[in-house]
Amino acid sequence: MSSTTNSPTHHTSTIGAIGAPSRRNTELALLVFAVVIPVFAYANVGLAINDEVPAGLLSYGIGLGLLAGIGHLAVRKFAPYADPLLLPLATLLNGLGLVAIWRLDQSKLLQQIKQAGTAAPRQLLYTAMGIALFIAVLIFLKDHRVLQRYTYISMVGALFLLLLPLVPGLGQNIYGAKIWISVAGFSIQPGEFAKIVLAVFFAGYLMVKRDALALASRRFMGLYLPRGRDLGPILVVWAISILILVFETDLGTSLLFFGMFVIMLYVATERTSWIVFGLLMSAVGAVGVASFEPHIQQRVDAWLDPMREYTLSRQGVGGHSEQAMQALWAFGSGGTLGTGWGQGHSELIRFAANSDFILATFGEELGLAGVMAILLIYALIVERGVRTALAARDPFGKLLAVGLSGAFALQVFVVAGGVMGLIPLTGMTMPFLAYGGSSVIANWALIGILMRISDTARRPAPAPAPNPDAEMTQVVRPS
Amino acid sequence: MNKPLRRIAIFCGLLILTLLIRDNWLQYVKADSLKDDPKNRRVLIARYATPRGDIIVGGDPITGYTETSGDFKYKRTYKDGAMWAPVTGFVSQAYGANQLESINDGILSGTDDRLFFRNTLDMITGKEKQGGNVVTTLNAAAQKAAYQGLKNQGGKGAAVAIEPSTGKILALASFPSYDPSTIAGGSTSDEEAWAKLQKKNNPDDPMLNRALREVYPPGSTFKVVTAAAALENGLYTEADQQTRTPLPWTMPGTTTVLKNEGDIPCKNATLRVALQWSCNTVFGKIGSDLGNDKMLEEAKKFGFTEEQFTPVRTSASVFSDDMNPSQTALSSIGQFNTAATPLQMAMVASAVANDGTLMKPYMVDEVQTHNLDPLEKTDPEELSKPLSAENAQILQSMMETVVEDGTGKKARIGGVKVGGKTGTAQHGVDNSENPYAWFLSYAKLDDGSSPVAVAVVIEDENAVRDDISGGGLAAPIAKSVMEAVIDSKK
Repeated sequence: MSSTTNSPTHHTSTIGAIGAPSRRNTELALLVFAVVIPVFAYANVGLAINDEVPAGLLSYGIGLGLLAGIGHLAVRKFAPYADPLLLPLATLLNGLGLVAIWRLDQSKLLQQIKQAGTAAPRQLLYTAMGIALFIAVLIFLKDHRVLQRYTYISMVGALFLLLLPLVPGLGQNIYGAKIWISVAGFSIQPGEFAKIVLAVFFAGYLMVKRDALALASRRFMGLYLPRGRDLGPILVVWAISILILVFETDLGTSLLFFGMFVIMLYVATERTSWIVFGLLMSAVGAVGVASFEPHIQQRVDAWLDPMREYTLSRQGVGGHSEQAMQALWAFGSGGTLGTGWGQGHSELIRFAANSDFILATFGEELGLAGVMAILLIYALIVERGVRTALAARDPFGKLLAVGLSGAFALQVFVVAGGVMGLIPLTGMTMPFLAYGGSSVIANWALIGILMRISDTARRPAPAPAPNPDAEMTQVVRPS
Repeated sequence: MNKPLRRIAIFCGLLILTLLIRDNWLQYVKADSLKDDPKNRRVLIARYATPRGDIIVGGDPITGYTETSGDFKYKRTYKDGAMWAPVTGFVSQAYGANQLESINDGILSGTDDRLFFRNTLDMITGKEKQGGNVVTTLNAAAQKAAYQGLKNQGGKGAAVAIEPSTGKILALASFPSYDPSTIAGGSTSDEEAWAKLQKKNNPDDPMLNRALREVYPPGSTFKVVTAAAALENGLYTEADQQTRTPLPWTMPGTTTVLKNEGDIPCKNATLRVALQWSCNTVFGKIGSDLGNDKMLEEAKKFGFTEEQFTPVRTSASVFSDDMNPSQTALSSIGQFNTAATPLQMAMVASAVANDGTLMKPYMVDEVQTHNLDPLEKTDPEELSKPLSAENAQILQSMMETVVEDGTGKKARIGGVKVGGKTGTAQHGVDNSENPYAWFLSYAKLDDGSSPVAVAVVIEDENAVRDDISGGGLAAPIAKSVMEAVIDSKK
């Protein structure tokens, strides 16, 4: 952390920025946009589909406004120095997601096959729960370093969450992926929460072990190889992610956890060898599993030749899905500027059109311009997260922030890349945009933690006790 | 720890950059090919998003559209679908389109470039985009007479009527037929209806357009072509000149005697008498006397061996080019390999009626925008001249005798000159199957103009063999079609 003092950004990361602006008013101004834009989008959908401003416009606007307002007030009260961009960005994505979900609710086709119809009101409820959790994090987590105490409990908790879908009677197998559990009529994806809990464990563990991992190593062919005993944890995590892949056939989550671990390990040890090692191990694991797990194999085939997959599905061959090709057509049909809200046909994707594949709806109706804007919003969230990691003063906070941001970026990449046919499809949801309670709630918690870390980082230190010996001590303070 | 943090920041930025590049590839570079991919359902959705234009007969649309519940907004409907199916064809949300619906799809669905200006204007003025219309040459009364005649008869068959002076198709009926409305949608009931119409499930093959796409041995009706060949080649020059025909007549190169149907006066009969009684010997001998080449040449002038585009494509009628004299003799009385579509035989009658000039048959008079601005008008076009005017008039007088005092009496119409020719074509091994009953005719008004030429064919498995003859089964249908056309002219 000493290196930050001479970095050009030191004025926000060094102690002593007494009276640094809290930026809360910036946040408020941005929030207005983040609420107004989705409200206009909502009116737009109604006009396009039913030729009238939707009846629920006012209540939707007020609802989203209230949620954002309460969130903002909570930030003012409990994390006044937190990053000003995160809340508006998340609100904007969440609001646009609600509009897209409502738009797909209007599709008769999706209503017929029970893939949509009443999703938007539920998503609004989940959003409220998510923002409630966000506020709860700000209120009860006074300092993120408290989480350090729960390092090993987090590990157990994360494993527990990950194994839940495998419990007979509780887990659900939906189209080949066993990543859901069913509780009281609600489907929950424990993996979304495990992502955060696991980041806490990794941060706590690596903070303690980083020196051992970084320094005790042998040099071999230009690479620093870790000692066997230090290799243990990474092997365990690798094994766990492979097991997830095998038993839950969830390529996305497996990739996400392993990627998050490698990122955090690299940041903790500053050793490039870990990255090389991590990439090698994930490649070996993925290829190995793909070669004997038919579900994964099929995903890869569908990625390589979506048209063949579409044809097989159309011919009624079991186990094939036309989704991938339908998503590509949706993107292509959107073109540069899109068809406009409500005027596309992304409902043709059918299953999961409003969750895993929701980006295709944006692609078709808002076009290349809209999707690029959304991807850049994600990029901004990630970069604000990494910025928070840079600003954080403690290694635990740095590791946690970069872990969460990295996981967020990986998730966006894996989902968007899958839907756009860049990589094989995996069953994960676009953060904030997609329909799904677990995803929205967990991601609001993630934003809450990042804001807590950034609040701690940017909060002015208490005024130093007056030192009678000192004249005017030289304090470099940027204007 | 900050150096790796910065690298992670760059790494995350690269992830997003990769996504941005991929998105540009998809939505910019590949956008058009994905968008216009025929398997992309949006292509069909767009096609059915506008009310389809109409196919019009005599000022009234025989088609329409209705809104459907699926993602295809509009569906085609047909009025008297079964009667008009040989003209319209079908357009189906599930099975594509054929015939006029397919050929003029651009106009009807509103995607034709010629409608661009109209569409743009409609878009600016806020009107819903609509497809253009196809105005046909058909005559509703004649079509009804033809279809009802075939239907009442009950057997499979077809009837075609042409206006000889222009080539306008006035009637085009096929039986059994199907109602294209039943397969216009994409629902389960449409699927079932479609399956039932397929030949493998339905031996009647109702979707076969018998008027244009089926070739039948024309039997004795082909003798009109043979007579025309005899006159045109100067073999005989008058209707009432005796022909050099022994009875019995043995076909050249064989020991087989060509038979006539019954005890009819065919020995050295004149062309008129030979046509009146349908003498196989006379026309068989004309064929072998002229030879394969000259017969083929004349048949070709009437349109044989060529597909016609009305604009709906027809099958090509057959007259072989590699026959010995006896085969040519059989072919010249419409047996052996000779085969013709009902449209082809109507063309033969129409060429004779039009004083020897064969007009190109067509059924689309005009295509227009939905508010009736003409886009393209079809002009009558001469296809060939199989007969000189004098010879045509000689042949006319012979055909008129057939109706007045020969095998075609049932086609007589009071106050109108009718010329015709019956036919009974044998088919099957050793003629085991029921023959086809043919009749071709034309009507001629007092002013010398001919408003209509007709050909009717009936294949009847249920009728008693002896009952079948062109004069008995097919002539009444031809008569009612001609009457319908004449009445609608008044």
